[in-house]
Amino acid sequence: MKSMTEKEYAKMAQKASPNSPSGKNCVFAFVTGGGICMLGQFLCNLYQQWGVSLPLARAGVSISLIFLSALLTALGWFDNIARFAGAGTLVPITGFANAVVSPAMEFKSEGIITGLGVKAFTIAGPVLVFGISSSVVYGLILWFLRLMGI
Amino acid sequence: MERIGRYTLSLEKVKLDSWASVVGKKESEGPLGNEFDLTCEDDSLGQDSWEKAEATLQRKALEIALGKLSLKPEGVDFVLAGDLLNQCISSTFGLRPFGIPLLGQYGACSTMALTLGLSSILVESGAARRAAAVTSSHFCSAERQFRLPLEYGGQRSPTAQWTATASGCVMVGKEGPVQVQKVTFGRITDLGITDAANMGAAMAPAAAETLGAFFRDTGTLPEEYDAIYTGDLGQVGSTLLCQLMEKEGYPIEPVHQDCGLLLFDREKQDVHAGGSGCGCSAAVLCGHILPQLAQGKLKNVLFAATGALMSPTSSQQGESIPGISHLLQLVSVQK
Repeated sequence: MKSMTEKEYAKMAQKASPNSPSGKNCVFAFVTGGGICMLGQFLCNLYQQWGVSLPLARAGVSISLIFLSALLTALGWFDNIARFAGAGTLVPITGFANAVVSPAMEFKSEGIITGLGVKAFTIAGPVLVFGISSSVVYGLILWFLRLMGI
Repeated sequence: MERIGRYTLSLEKVKLDSWASVVGKKESEGPLGNEFDLTCEDDSLGQDSWEKAEATLQRKALEIALGKLSLKPEGVDFVLAGDLLNQCISSTFGLRPFGIPLLGQYGACSTMALTLGLSSILVESGAARRAAAVTSSHFCSAERQFRLPLEYGGQRSPTAQWTATASGCVMVGKEGPVQVQKVTFGRITDLGITDAANMGAAMAPAAAETLGAFFRDTGTLPEEYDAIYTGDLGQVGSTLLCQLMEKEGYPIEPVHQDCGLLLFDREKQDVHAGGSGCGCSAAVLCGHILPQLAQGKLKNVLFAATGALMSPTSSQQGESIPGISHLLQLVSVQK
């Protein structure tokens, strides 16, 4: 092949590669993500109507949405919804539930401990590591600020 | 056997005696749906793991190819096989029951051309009276090794390709209706693409390299062939290959077809840039191209399967994706 630099080819490849349909993805994500939040609010109100206190009702919403996502993942529907919803299902707690349940299902063929146990957090693991680490850092900053009387 | 030019081998005696293709449900719903020997409605093929399902694809492909010649496994001197899974386990476990000497190969999605080319050389040289070339891929086993769990809810890039659930097997001997006239093994070609969701772009330069080498070695031009089939470049890679060949001075667009674009209907089947996987070009070769050559509908074609020689580890370490492409000239024996 006649000489072509990586830079020249990268330009060619970029031109030939279609971009993700960001506009459409954003609209779908907004509608589905908003829909999930509305469902959460509906559940929160419902639990309160049943006489549950607000903090407990909020915890109940999280548990309900996690359960629903896990159920839809197990039924094989979640990925079909997420294909259109994108960030709409990924960003709320539903995405986290799916990220744990889907590898747990996938890798059970390698055994309960060596498959499911090892791989269940293969996607969600980094979220936990960096989520917990950053909360420690923010906590320390807050503690120092309080010590200094701010 | 004679070496022509720098990279091409010219063969005299090698024919393709029989072939078989086995595909999954989605592939059977594609444009070539009714051209395959066996369609599996259940992608698990009754097995309890995807790896076993893929191994079964290879076993069935070899069984059918043997059956077409009423041949027992003892009638085959070597089987050359490969797949995408670590340590090529689909080949090992799928071919374990046959007891044929196995030569495992890895060429990623170029494996069909690699195994077929080497089988042809073994037969031409007299080392084998008959050799079998077989490869497979399975969407579900490839996803879990290279990408994400099946039920994970994510969006794919429009440049991503869909690994075919398919297998193809060719019996290489000296009697069949299709002749292997030339073989060109490709060089590793890497123009620095790092996006693992854009394999077509990573592999197109390798296909251009091998096709260019073949045309220079043989002194022929693209229009002298009825068709030039590349394996699994998809839409993005095909566009780039045609542009690269144009620059090379060998415009192939009027005769170019890509197995990844033939196997699926990109729009209706939601496969993004097209099909991929070792089984994609193998099934298209055995289900679509070889039957047409046998019937004389096609006389003289080039089959250049392409592979991306990366692993999830090399990609995570930031390495670019090296491509490779191996080429065979296949000619109809019918005049």
